[in-house]
Amino acid sequence: MEELSKLYDAILVGNFKTAREVTEKALAAGTDPQDLVQKYMIPAMDEVGRRYEANEYFVPELLIAARAMKAALELIRPLLAARGTEPTGRVVIGTVKGDLHDIGKNLVAAMLEGAGFEVIDLGVDVSPDKFVTTAQDKNASLIAISALLTTTMGSMKTTVEALRQSGSRAKVKIMVGGAPLTQKYADEIGADGYSNNANGAVALARRLMTA
Amino acid sequence: MPDLIRTLAQAPPIITDGAWGTLLQQQGLHAGECPDGWNLSHPEAVRQVAAAYAEAGSMVILTNTFRANRISLEPHGFAGLVHEINRAGVEISRRAAGPKTKVFASIGPTGKMLMAGDVTEEDLREAFSEQASALAGAGADALLLETFGDLDEAVIALEAAKKNGLPVVVSMVFDSGKHRDRTMMGKTPEDVAHRLTAAGADAIGANCGLGIEGYIPICARLKGATDRPIWIKPNAGLPEWQNGTLIYATTPEEFAGFAPELYASGATFIGGCCGTRPDFIRALHACLFPAHATRPEA
Repeated sequence: MEELSKLYDAILVGNFKTAREVTEKALAAGTDPQDLVQKYMIPAMDEVGRRYEANEYFVPELLIAARAMKAALELIRPLLAARGTEPTGRVVIGTVKGDLHDIGKNLVAAMLEGAGFEVIDLGVDVSPDKFVTTAQDKNASLIAISALLTTTMGSMKTTVEALRQSGSRAKVKIMVGGAPLTQKYADEIGADGYSNNANGAVALARRLMTA
Repeated sequence: MPDLIRTLAQAPPIITDGAWGTLLQQQGLHAGECPDGWNLSHPEAVRQVAAAYAEAGSMVILTNTFRANRISLEPHGFAGLVHEINRAGVEISRRAAGPKTKVFASIGPTGKMLMAGDVTEEDLREAFSEQASALAGAGADALLLETFGDLDEAVIALEAAKKNGLPVVVSMVFDSGKHRDRTMMGKTPEDVAHRLTAAGADAIGANCGLGIEGYIPICARLKGATDRPIWIKPNAGLPEWQNGTLIYATTPEEFAGFAPELYASGATFIGGCCGTRPDFIRALHACLFPAHATRPEA
């Protein structure tokens, strides 16, 4: 449908007004909301992510695209929830205890939502226990932890251990990211994955869901 | 003191300082605790860090005021102490610096994204004006905007800082893009240099990031795009987990080994950011001034 490809385009260029208008019209015309998500919205965000990784898009482009996606998603979410449609996955995300930086974490959260994940954002200064109990309570299969301060990175290790102690280690995967993070550090602390950018985080989350 | 930057730039390189956070932690600062608050609660500990750098050979030391704008202080409950924290920060560094070392007062970003609507331009203008005014009033030699990732926020801060009649240095983080040579928001060193020069920065630079080696070409590109002196303060690489603690594996010698090339690429002001310590400054000194037993006059 030519009209619906306008939704794809609107998200790609970050035009949230058009994204919302096209979605409204489509839903009023009886289009399956799940189709909108799977055939137009997620592919649009995938392309945004690809361009970001190819360094054609940077943070500003990511932000406006995510905002357009969210505008469309806000109209669709209640319909999907009413149907009991399950998201791609459920992720608990936050910045570690003692760290108040959230720009990177917000970008990853936006990209994960754009990829169809249900994101439970715990904000900043999140204790290891809070990550673990929220994941258990909400039946999340992923915990995504961000840190910008070297001094607070140790809390990621504590979170992995807390998860192990809770007995949920097999059911919940942990992914980590943030400026001072490296793959090596992620491996050392027993995290399941690391990405150094928001698009890589989406690919990683998808991979961990099927692992 | 008019034209301070120009005067200093006549006798480069000028060695600046290194990271303060780790040193403060060694004195008991807890992970996640706001270091700037220590200007009021633990001034002697802060003075010791400042003095350690002055003694190691820093010709310019900064102030413990990186987060001391009202927006960043708010979650720590210190938003009402902007004036006191900044004033104390300058006074402590001044005391530690002695007559020969210059004090450049640190102003960091707010951590809020203008583009995402977390904050308005007016909020930023007010917060940076408030901080800059307190720092200038307390006797800083210059103002340093450091670790900015958003050029728009940096320009707002620069305009606010310039109202105080002091020289202003603006330093951004370049760690994004395929070649790790852009700011988080996608700006190149050329974009940054052009915009900041037009906006009136007295010196322009790069700090934090992924390590010193990568900052050499970035320094050259900044230098090629402005007539202002260049300020470079790289990290000591990225932290690694070794034997149960996080350490920066780059040694002072490895770090300082790149300094001559950094200087040759156009850096006037050279120092270190995360992961560096006073011994890094001593190593820089030994590498850049091998003939001098003691630091040269600034």
